[in-house]
Amino acid sequence: MTTDAAVLPEPAPQPAAEDRWKALRMVSRGDVAYRLVLTLLALAPPFLLAMIAGELVRGAWPAIRRFGAGFLTHSVWDPVLGEFGALPLIFGTLYASLVAMLVAIPLAVGVAIFLTEFAPRRLRTPVATLVELLAAVPSVIYGLWGVFVLVPLLRETLWPVVRPALAWLPIFQGAFYGPSVLAAGIILAVMILPYIAAVSREVLLAVPAAQREAALALGATRWEAVWTVILPYGRSGIMGAVILGLGRALGETMAVTMVIGNTHEISLSLVQPGYTIAAAIANEFAEAATSLHLSALVYAALVLFVITVVVNALARVLIWRVARGSAAGSSAI
Amino acid sequence: MAHRTSRRVIGALMTGATYGAAALALLPLAAILAMLILKGAGSLNWDFFTRSSVPLGESGGGFAHAITGTLIIVGLACAIGVPIGVGGGVFLAEFGGGPLGWLVRFVADTLNGIPSIVIGIFAWTWIVRPMGKFTALAGAIALATILIPIVARTTEEMVRLVPNSLREAALALGYPRWRTSLQVVVRTAGAGIVTGCLVAMARVAGETAPLLFTALGNQFFSTRLLEPMAALPLQVYVYAVGPYDEWHRQAWAGALVLIILVLTLGTVARIITRGRRVSHG
Amino acid sequence: MRQLASLAFAAAILAPSGSVAAQEIRLTGAGATFPYPIYSKWVLEYATVRPNMQINYQSIGSGGGIRQFTDHTVDFGATDGPMADSQITAVGGNVLHIPTVLGAVVPIYEVPGVTQQLRFTPDVLAGVFLGQITRWNDSRITAANPGVPLPERDIVVVHRSDGSGTTYIFTDYLSKVSPDWAGRVGKGTAVNWPAGLGGRGNEGVASTVRGTPGAIGYVELIYAVQNRIPFGTVRNHAGQFVAASLASTTAAAASATFTADTDFRVSITDAAGDAAYPIASFTWLLIPRQISDPVKARALLEFIWWATHDGQRFAEALSYASLPGPVVGLIEARLRSVTAGGRPVLPANFGQGTAPRGR
Repeated sequence: MTTDAAVLPEPAPQPAAEDRWKALRMVSRGDVAYRLVLTLLALAPPFLLAMIAGELVRGAWPAIRRFGAGFLTHSVWDPVLGEFGALPLIFGTLYASLVAMLVAIPLAVGVAIFLTEFAPRRLRTPVATLVELLAAVPSVIYGLWGVFVLVPLLRETLWPVVRPALAWLPIFQGAFYGPSVLAAGIILAVMILPYIAAVSREVLLAVPAAQREAALALGATRWEAVWTVILPYGRSGIMGAVILGLGRALGETMAVTMVIGNTHEISLSLVQPGYTIAAAIANEFAEAATSLHLSALVYAALVLFVITVVVNALARVLIWRVARGSAAGSSAI
Repeated sequence: MAHRTSRRVIGALMTGATYGAAALALLPLAAILAMLILKGAGSLNWDFFTRSSVPLGESGGGFAHAITGTLIIVGLACAIGVPIGVGGGVFLAEFGGGPLGWLVRFVADTLNGIPSIVIGIFAWTWIVRPMGKFTALAGAIALATILIPIVARTTEEMVRLVPNSLREAALALGYPRWRTSLQVVVRTAGAGIVTGCLVAMARVAGETAPLLFTALGNQFFSTRLLEPMAALPLQVYVYAVGPYDEWHRQAWAGALVLIILVLTLGTVARIITRGRRVSHG
Repeated sequence: MRQLASLAFAAAILAPSGSVAAQEIRLTGAGATFPYPIYSKWVLEYATVRPNMQINYQSIGSGGGIRQFTDHTVDFGATDGPMADSQITAVGGNVLHIPTVLGAVVPIYEVPGVTQQLRFTPDVLAGVFLGQITRWNDSRITAANPGVPLPERDIVVVHRSDGSGTTYIFTDYLSKVSPDWAGRVGKGTAVNWPAGLGGRGNEGVASTVRGTPGAIGYVELIYAVQNRIPFGTVRNHAGQFVAASLASTTAAAASATFTADTDFRVSITDAAGDAAYPIASFTWLLIPRQISDPVKARALLEFIWWATHDGQRFAEALSYASLPGPVVGLIEARLRSVTAGGRPVLPANFGQGTAPRGR
């Protein structure tokens, strides 16, 4: 329709170009203030991390100057002589976490598959809730359970049965007294299982239904659909979840120190006692009388910090390769 | 034919395996609850909840100071940590696409992985030592430091789940962006945000190590924020490693109370989200 | 009437200068775990004697006690191992060690088939913990225990993983009786153990030993008694096999000689005397010589006075040995020497009429 310029009323005077642009973008002073406040609040974590990292470096500096990189390769931990080598601690931290991973991953992924594929619908939410409640049990209570139930169980019930068959393996060699890398690994596995299971469940839920339906349409059994299609699709996300769980396992303190035997030794055998960085800090920090001892402990904490950063960076990259947004992290964490 | 049967058999076996995994995963939870109830329920009585420590050899002592202490310290930690965490989470969801968002997200995940004892030592260096005293406030700040990254990440997830159609509708109606975010998006995600806070609160309520060098612990009932204060996990640990049967009994009872508290918070979180889960538009 | 008025007037003037009856006072102390049971008993009992005072003591370890004391975050510290000279210099010499009770460290064991109380010589203990004696039926052990059916079983050593005053006492003893130990390991709250597992805390060691056949460990006497774990006798300097008890612990303290100007940093391990138990030690409170707040200073000193006098009667029930009488007298003199603002905190006639309790 054509407009008749003589009939229409005089158009209102146009605002200046800049004001019109602002109106179009709908930017108001409120927006600027809102974003500023939120940005300031969001800067809290980096600020805290920087301070913590700074404190760690400052506290570790005397030990760094004294031992340098040799701290990471020597094994003697002697507070009386002032010689500190953290290799057994680093080894124990990684080894216990590895054991935890090997136990937790099949279980957690199995639980996630159970909850998304095979569980009767009515059971899904209650079981998911219960698994996530494992994350809510305090560390001290896991430690007590480990001391009073798990370690005696392993020593008196499981080991005598298993020993004749497995004692020839290097990972099972030596006498088993109870406190061991194996016990610590199992407790850690129970503690990180809810995190891996919850995140994996989110990842599997995010896999498009079309994928599953296509596999079933092609004649796969339900299990084959999971194994050949769904799991590979969510593989990155599940690996990311696993690495997040690993990050937690590396830093766990109380429960580990009560069951690992607290010995500065490197051994491939699971039934030998070991030590982790976090456990050593918890045990020795309060008592460390000399400043060099303290500094060595902080140096160990710094090493653990670096390991955690690396692990989390890997997790970030992997998780983002699959489901963007909804799979990363979970309401349960 | 045989091939198809074996595929079915494998399918059935693996299905059973996942059932087994779920059962195995829940076994420790059941075992821990059973242990705590067996050893601790008998010591739960009125005295336990209303009286504090008594001298050894006397009966009728309780954990009133520790229970109150946990409630105060965790409450204060939430008062400090929740606004900062929620603010950070909303930032990540609304403005977090750029490099700053990436940095904050990475930092939050890293903070989540730091052993809690390191956070306690950090709080000791920056709060206890300059102040010259152990305080409940320092303990609350240490717990808040643990709380913030958890709350931030869960808030981000919840806010992201809000469908874009809601945002678009609000903007189309003329709401400025900040009002859209605050009054529409965040409010819709409210139940989920509360869930995240409750789960984080449950986690820090069970932490012992950060309180060792900050709140220190106290034999006496105290509500003063600038004095040492008792807390459930601390008291449980101290009594559990002591030599006396009387202390052990109280430690188990305290552990039971602690886990009931924590499980209740988690269950409440679940119930809230079940009723009001945001639907994916 | 006038007398009453002048009495009231005098009370009003004197009250603020030292009486702590009216205002509420809170003190915080932290340190050694070993005396935690009796310190916590004392503070709770004292709260009934002086309801306006709350003394909060938490066990964070001897080293922690020294460190918190040095950093001025607590009003008093507590330690099972005395401060080293360098640590005293770090606080400018402003510290007093006040012994409070005595304790004993005992060797505990779990040997299947053995119900008798085993006898340990210093060589055996050093050898076992050095990892040189590895079986229970080693000739050195059987020689000291004739007639006891010691099995051919590996010895599992259990030590402390966390730093502790208990370790300090035990390694102090081993260093005195074994030059090999002194050279290779030395003494300290945490040492580089040549052999064995680490248990966390006395309780961790006790439970590990109890659950592990063939294990040997060391704990404070009270843990062995309360957990009903068998512990052995130890041959003392005079050649007698002595079991840890309150009497033998006090005998060890009685053999220690104190000069009038002692700073109480005395080790009584391997003490002389027929009845002395060789692995015994004082435990100390750490207080400043000069305290800035006179009210708090008075409160603290009155508490310590009470603890070293009236409080000693609680020691026996908790398996701690009380202080010998002469030591208490020396403690009184030390407490009187504490000043605040240049003046002694305790009035000159304080405590007169209070006979020191304890033997």
